[in-house]
Amino acid sequence: MADVNRGNRPLSPHLTIYRPQLNSITSILVRITGNALMVGAILVVWWLMAAASGAAYFGVIDGLITSVLGDLVMAGSALALWYHALGGVRHLIWDTGRALDVASADRLGWAMIIGSVVLTALTLIAI
Amino acid sequence: MAYVTDRKRVTGLGSARSGTQQHWTMTVTSVALLLLTPFFLVIIGGLLGQPHADVLASLSRPVPALVVAAYLVVGMHHMRLGMQVLIEDYTRGLSRKIGLIATTILCYGLAAGGLVALAQIAL
Repeated sequence: MADVNRGNRPLSPHLTIYRPQLNSITSILVRITGNALMVGAILVVWWLMAAASGAAYFGVIDGLITSVLGDLVMAGSALALWYHALGGVRHLIWDTGRALDVASADRLGWAMIIGSVVLTALTLIAI
Repeated sequence: MAYVTDRKRVTGLGSARSGTQQHWTMTVTSVALLLLTPFFLVIIGGLLGQPHADVLASLSRPVPALVVAAYLVVGMHHMRLGMQVLIEDYTRGLSRKIGLIATTILCYGLAAGGLVALAQIAL
Protein backbone atom coordinates (compact mmCIF):
# COMPACT_ATOMS: atom_id res chain seq x y z
CA MET A 1 0.00 0.00 0.00
CA ALA A 2 1.34 3.41 -0.94
CA ASP A 3 0.10 5.09 2.23
CA VAL A 4 2.30 3.57 4.94
CA ASN A 5 2.29 6.52 7.37
CA ARG A 6 -1.17 6.08 8.81
CA GLY A 7 -2.38 8.03 11.78
CA ASN A 8 0.97 9.72 12.31
CA ARG A 9 0.68 12.61 9.91
CA PRO A 10 0.53 16.29 10.88
CA LEU A 11 -3.05 17.53 11.25
CA SER A 12 -4.19 20.55 9.32
CA PRO A 13 -4.44 23.67 11.49
CA HIS A 14 -7.81 23.97 13.24
CA LEU A 15 -9.79 26.64 15.10
CA THR A 16 -7.25 26.96 17.91
CA ILE A 17 -4.46 27.73 15.39
CA TYR A 18 -6.14 30.05 12.90
CA ARG A 19 -6.80 33.69 13.74
CA PRO A 20 -10.57 34.35 13.35
CA GLN A 21 -11.33 35.92 9.99
CA LEU A 22 -14.41 36.99 8.07
CA ASN A 23 -14.59 33.80 6.02
CA SER A 24 -14.40 31.44 8.97
CA ILE A 25 -16.78 33.45 11.17
CA THR A 26 -19.43 33.86 8.45
CA SER A 27 -19.17 30.13 7.65
CA ILE A 28 -19.49 29.10 11.30
CA LEU A 29 -22.50 31.42 11.65
CA VAL A 30 -24.21 29.70 8.69
CA ARG A 31 -23.99 26.42 10.61
CA ILE A 32 -25.15 27.97 13.90
CA THR A 33 -28.09 29.86 12.35
CA GLY A 34 -29.21 26.80 10.36
CA ASN A 35 -29.37 24.59 13.40
CA ALA A 36 -30.77 27.30 15.68
CA LEU A 37 -33.69 27.70 13.26
CA MET A 38 -35.00 24.47 14.78
CA VAL A 39 -36.31 26.61 17.67
CA GLY A 40 -38.31 28.84 15.32
CA ALA A 41 -39.56 25.79 13.40
CA ILE A 42 -40.83 24.13 16.58
CA LEU A 43 -42.61 27.33 17.65
CA VAL A 44 -44.26 27.89 14.25
CA VAL A 45 -45.49 24.27 14.00
CA TRP A 46 -46.73 24.42 17.60
CA TRP A 47 -48.59 27.62 16.69
CA LEU A 48 -50.07 25.95 13.56
CA MET A 49 -51.23 22.92 15.57
CA ALA A 50 -52.72 25.24 18.20
CA ALA A 51 -54.62 27.10 15.47
CA ALA A 52 -56.02 23.78 14.24
CA SER A 53 -57.00 22.61 17.72
CA GLY A 54 -59.27 25.51 18.67
CA ALA A 55 -59.58 29.16 19.68
CA ALA A 56 -58.82 28.76 23.38
CA TYR A 57 -55.51 26.90 23.02
CA PHE A 58 -54.60 29.10 20.04
CA GLY A 59 -54.93 32.13 22.32
CA VAL A 60 -52.38 30.67 24.74
CA ILE A 61 -49.77 29.80 22.10
CA ASP A 62 -50.36 32.95 20.04
CA GLY A 63 -49.90 34.96 23.25
CA LEU A 64 -46.65 33.10 23.93
CA ILE A 65 -45.25 33.62 20.43
CA THR A 66 -46.19 37.32 20.35
CA SER A 67 -44.96 38.11 23.87
CA VAL A 68 -41.81 40.23 24.22
CA LEU A 69 -39.68 37.09 24.47
CA GLY A 70 -41.63 35.47 21.62
CA ASP A 71 -41.16 38.55 19.44
CA LEU A 72 -37.42 38.49 20.17
CA VAL A 73 -37.16 34.79 19.26
CA MET A 74 -39.22 35.29 16.08
CA ALA A 75 -37.24 38.39 15.01
CA GLY A 76 -34.02 36.52 15.76
CA SER A 77 -35.30 33.58 13.72
CA ALA A 78 -36.05 35.90 10.80
CA LEU A 79 -32.50 37.26 11.02
CA ALA A 80 -31.10 33.72 11.24
CA LEU A 81 -33.25 32.61 8.30
CA TRP A 82 -32.13 35.48 6.06
CA TYR A 83 -28.50 35.08 7.09
CA HIS A 84 -28.61 31.32 6.45
CA ALA A 85 -30.39 31.90 3.12
CA LEU A 86 -27.72 34.39 1.98
CA GLY A 87 -25.04 31.94 3.16
CA GLY A 88 -26.75 29.35 0.96
CA VAL A 89 -26.65 31.77 -1.98
CA ARG A 90 -22.90 32.18 -1.39
CA HIS A 91 -22.52 28.39 -1.48
CA LEU A 92 -24.54 28.21 -4.71
CA ILE A 93 -22.21 30.84 -6.23
CA TRP A 94 -19.12 29.00 -4.97
CA ASP A 95 -20.47 25.72 -6.37
CA THR A 96 -20.31 27.22 -9.87
CA GLY A 97 -16.58 27.81 -9.34
CA ARG A 98 -16.95 31.59 -9.07
CA ALA A 99 -15.85 34.06 -6.34
CA LEU A 100 -13.50 31.59 -4.67
CA ASP A 101 -10.64 34.09 -4.18
CA VAL A 102 -10.26 35.74 -0.76
CA ALA A 103 -11.29 39.23 -1.86
CA SER A 104 -14.52 38.01 -3.48
CA ALA A 105 -15.33 35.74 -0.54
CA ASP A 106 -14.83 38.69 1.83
CA ARG A 107 -17.16 40.84 -0.25
CA LEU A 108 -19.79 38.10 -0.18
CA GLY A 109 -19.29 37.74 3.59
CA TRP A 110 -20.05 41.41 4.16
CA ALA A 111 -22.98 41.15 1.73
CA MET A 112 -24.37 38.32 3.90
CA ILE A 113 -24.00 40.28 7.14
CA ILE A 114 -25.39 43.57 5.83
CA GLY A 115 -27.94 41.92 3.55
CA SER A 116 -29.39 39.76 6.32
CA VAL A 117 -29.90 42.79 8.58
CA VAL A 118 -31.51 44.79 5.75
CA LEU A 119 -33.79 41.90 4.71
CA THR A 120 -34.81 41.29 8.35
CA ALA A 121 -35.68 44.99 8.75
CA LEU A 122 -37.72 44.87 5.51
CA THR A 123 -39.49 41.71 6.72
CA LEU A 124 -40.38 43.25 10.07
CA ILE A 125 -41.65 46.38 8.30
CA ALA A 126 -43.65 44.37 5.76
CA ILE A 127 -45.53 42.23 8.28
CA MET B 1 1.61 1.71 12.25
CA ALA B 2 -1.56 -0.32 12.51
CA TYR B 3 -1.85 -3.69 10.80
CA VAL B 4 -5.13 -3.04 9.01
CA THR B 5 -5.88 -2.95 5.33
CA ASP B 6 -7.07 0.15 3.52
CA ARG B 7 -10.43 -1.53 3.01
CA LYS B 8 -10.80 -2.19 6.75
CA ARG B 9 -9.98 1.43 7.57
CA VAL B 10 -12.74 2.89 5.41
CA THR B 11 -15.52 0.30 5.76
CA GLY B 12 -18.53 1.79 7.50
CA LEU B 13 -17.40 5.39 7.08
CA GLY B 14 -19.75 5.98 4.15
CA SER B 15 -18.97 6.37 0.48
CA ALA B 16 -18.28 9.49 -1.52
CA ARG B 17 -21.37 8.59 -3.51
CA SER B 18 -23.83 9.12 -0.66
CA GLY B 19 -22.00 12.32 0.29
CA THR B 20 -22.47 13.63 -3.24
CA GLN B 21 -26.16 12.75 -3.02
CA GLN B 22 -26.45 14.62 0.29
CA HIS B 23 -24.75 17.70 -1.15
CA TRP B 24 -26.98 17.68 -4.24
CA THR B 25 -30.14 17.27 -2.13
CA MET B 26 -29.07 20.26 -0.04
CA THR B 27 -28.49 22.25 -3.24
CA VAL B 28 -31.93 21.42 -4.67
CA THR B 29 -33.81 22.02 -1.41
CA SER B 30 -31.88 25.27 -0.78
CA VAL B 31 -33.01 26.70 -4.12
CA ALA B 32 -36.61 25.67 -3.40
CA LEU B 33 -36.40 27.27 0.06
CA LEU B 34 -34.88 30.46 -1.40
CA LEU B 35 -37.91 30.83 -3.67
CA LEU B 36 -40.40 30.03 -0.88
CA THR B 37 -38.83 32.00 2.00
CA PRO B 38 -40.18 35.51 1.17
CA PHE B 39 -43.71 34.15 0.74
CA PHE B 40 -43.50 31.99 3.86
CA LEU B 41 -42.25 34.89 6.00
CA VAL B 42 -44.97 37.26 4.77
CA ILE B 43 -47.72 34.65 5.29
CA ILE B 44 -46.69 33.37 8.73
CA GLY B 45 -45.23 36.66 9.95
CA GLY B 46 -48.41 38.48 8.97
CA LEU B 47 -50.61 35.96 10.77
CA LEU B 48 -48.78 35.80 14.12
CA GLY B 49 -50.88 37.69 16.65
CA GLN B 50 -53.95 37.90 14.41
CA PRO B 51 -57.40 36.75 15.61
CA HIS B 52 -58.03 32.99 15.42
CA ALA B 53 -60.75 33.33 12.78
CA ASP B 54 -58.49 35.38 10.49
CA VAL B 55 -55.67 32.82 10.84
CA LEU B 56 -58.05 29.97 9.91
CA ALA B 57 -59.48 31.96 6.97
CA SER B 58 -56.01 32.75 5.56
CA LEU B 59 -54.53 29.28 5.99
CA SER B 60 -57.57 27.58 4.42
CA ARG B 61 -56.92 29.47 1.16
CA PRO B 62 -55.03 27.22 -1.30
CA VAL B 63 -51.96 29.37 -2.03
CA PRO B 64 -50.98 30.20 1.59
CA ALA B 65 -51.65 26.57 2.59
CA LEU B 66 -49.54 25.34 -0.32
CA VAL B 67 -46.64 27.70 0.51
CA VAL B 68 -46.62 26.72 4.21
CA ALA B 69 -46.97 23.00 3.43
CA ALA B 70 -44.20 23.06 0.83
CA TYR B 71 -41.97 25.08 3.15
CA LEU B 72 -42.46 22.59 6.00
CA VAL B 73 -41.81 19.51 3.87
CA VAL B 74 -38.77 20.88 2.01
CA GLY B 75 -37.50 22.84 5.00
CA MET B 76 -37.62 19.92 7.43
CA HIS B 77 -35.91 17.62 4.92
CA HIS B 78 -33.17 20.27 4.53
CA MET B 79 -33.04 20.69 8.33
CA ARG B 80 -32.65 16.95 8.87
CA LEU B 81 -29.72 16.70 6.47
CA GLY B 82 -28.13 19.85 7.92
CA MET B 83 -28.38 18.61 11.49
CA GLN B 84 -26.99 15.27 10.33
CA VAL B 85 -23.82 17.09 9.21
CA LEU B 86 -23.54 18.81 12.59
CA ILE B 87 -24.03 15.58 14.52
CA GLU B 88 -21.61 13.61 12.35
CA ASP B 89 -18.97 16.34 12.72
CA TYR B 90 -19.06 16.56 16.51
CA THR B 91 -20.25 13.20 17.88
CA ARG B 92 -19.41 9.53 17.38
CA GLY B 93 -20.58 6.11 18.45
CA LEU B 94 -23.82 5.70 20.37
CA SER B 95 -24.47 9.42 20.91
CA ARG B 96 -24.15 9.94 17.14
CA LYS B 97 -26.71 7.22 16.45
CA ILE B 98 -29.13 8.54 19.08
CA GLY B 99 -28.66 12.09 17.79
CA LEU B 100 -29.34 11.11 14.19
CA ILE B 101 -32.45 9.13 15.13
CA ALA B 102 -33.77 11.88 17.41
CA THR B 103 -33.30 14.68 14.86
CA THR B 104 -34.87 12.55 12.12
CA ILE B 105 -37.93 11.93 14.28
CA LEU B 106 -38.10 15.59 15.32
CA CYS B 107 -37.77 16.98 11.78
CA TYR B 108 -40.22 14.64 10.08
CA GLY B 109 -42.51 14.82 13.12
CA LEU B 110 -42.64 18.61 12.82
CA ALA B 111 -43.36 18.41 9.08
CA ALA B 112 -46.11 15.85 9.70
CA GLY B 113 -47.58 17.86 12.59
CA GLY B 114 -47.70 20.99 10.48
CA LEU B 115 -49.31 19.17 7.54
CA VAL B 116 -51.99 17.61 9.77
CA ALA B 117 -52.70 21.05 11.26
CA LEU B 118 -53.01 22.59 7.78
CA ALA B 119 -55.35 19.78 6.70
CA GLN B 120 -57.50 20.27 9.80
CA ILE B 121 -57.66 24.02 9.17
CA ALA B 122 -58.48 23.65 5.46
CA LEU B 123 -61.17 20.97 5.87
